[in-house]
Formats: sequence, C-alpha cells, structure tokens
Amino acid sequence: MGGDAMANQEETPAERKRKWNWRIWSGFLLAVAAVPGYFLFFAKFPITRNVPWASWLMFAGAGWLLWAGLRRAFASPELVRGRIAGPILAVLSLGAAGLFGYATLYASRQLPAAAAAPKVGDQAPEFMLADPNGKMVALATLLSEPMPGSEGGKPRGVLLVFYRGYW
Amino acid sequence: MDSPEESATLCKKAGYTYTFLSDPKAEAIRHYDLLHRGAGVDGKDIARPAEFLVDASGVVRWRNLTEDLRVRAIPEDVLKGAQRLP
Repeated sequence: MGGDAMANQEETPAERKRKWNWRIWSGFLLAVAAVPGYFLFFAKFPITRNVPWASWLMFAGAGWLLWAGLRRAFASPELVRGRIAGPILAVLSLGAAGLFGYATLYASRQLPAAAAAPKVGDQAPEFMLADPNGKMVALATLLSEPMPGSEGGKPRGVLLVFYRGYW
Repeated sequence: MDSPEESATLCKKAGYTYTFLSDPKAEAIRHYDLLHRGAGVDGKDIARPAEFLVDASGVVRWRNLTEDLRVRAIPEDVLKGAQRLP
C-alpha cells in the first residue's frame, strides 16, 4: 500500500498507462474453455467424465485467477486495470460454471425411472427388430445362433445395449 | 433411434462386427420400459441408456440402468456381470 501512495504522488492517474490485468482475462478464458473442454475432450474418458474433477479443477483455477485479478484491480486501481471488465468477466465465468453444474449435476440425471424394466432373474422380453441389412432378428435368434464371425456354437449369453443413437 | 441405414454406416465406419438392431417404432424400447419421451433431436422419443446381460435361456443375469446419462457401464462392469452367466 505504501508503494501505491508513492505512485500517486509521482504521476497523475490520467497520464499513467495502467497495467493490463491478465489474471481476470485468463481466469475468464479458463472458465469459458472448461465447458467445451468437458464435452469435447474430458467426456471421452470415463475417469474424467463420470466425476468431472478435471473440469471443476479448471473452474477452481479460473476462480482463483479472477479473485486475484479483482483484488488487484480494486486495491490499486491506479496501477492495474480491470475494475469494469473484472466484475463483468467474473459474472460471465460464474455463469459458465453454473451452466456446467446444471448440465452435469441436474440435466444429465433427468432419466425416466424405468421401473418396469426387466430385473435380474426376470425373463427378457422377446423382440424382433431389423439389422443393418434389413433382416429381422429376434432375441431368441441371438440366443441360439453363433455370433457373426465366431467359430463356435450357441452363445452363453447376449448383451443388450440400448443406446440413444448417433445423431 | 437410428434407422438400419444409419446403423449400417456406423458399423462400417467403426468396424463393429456385433449385431446392431434398429427400433424406429420403439417397440422393444417400450417392452423394456426404456422410453425417454421427447429427449431426442426435434423432441423425438428415444431410449434411455441401459444394458442387460441375458443368459442362453433368456433370463436377465445382470443389468445396468444408469441414473446419469454421462455415466455408462464400462467393459469391466459387463465382464463382471458375465461371471454370473451359467
């Protein structure tokens, strides 16, 4: 603080070129990058997808940079810029974190309960559906015929994977 | 839900050799109580993600109904389930 007081005496604020507040800008960029960073990259790996710790770490780093940048901007406004941009970027960053939290903690959990889905020990309901060649295939067929490309006889079981499609 | 044509493209691109079935009318999806209304593109009905391991007699031996879209069964989970097959 002593340094600030001295600086005030030496120059008039209007003449001084105040320092760019890189902390708030890099904090903002980090927070904004964390959202696509998760969906385009971290979501590819179960270890960073199921619990998005890497993304929350990015938000934490962003928060720390923004906080440090804001403190400098308001503690020594005559030396460091960012009193206007800082709060705006902080709010936008908070918005990015909020959006991410909403998507990963709330929206992705809005699934129907599937209370009547077959349970362990139940008979799996029969079905008859078309394969990529248009041939109709029943569950009974899958359970009794060798897998395509396999040498052997009857399979020990069939794994049914219901997925949402690749749109 | 992907059409048989879309599945064919996917299998070719990804090199999958196991059976892909299309359920455009959500028949099997309904029978398994897995319909997720309006969750697809343009508000179309699709399936909620789910996996079932069925033994040769048609009995479910293992299943996974994720509570979170982002969290799916990994191959190790399925292999653990496969140990319950007779």
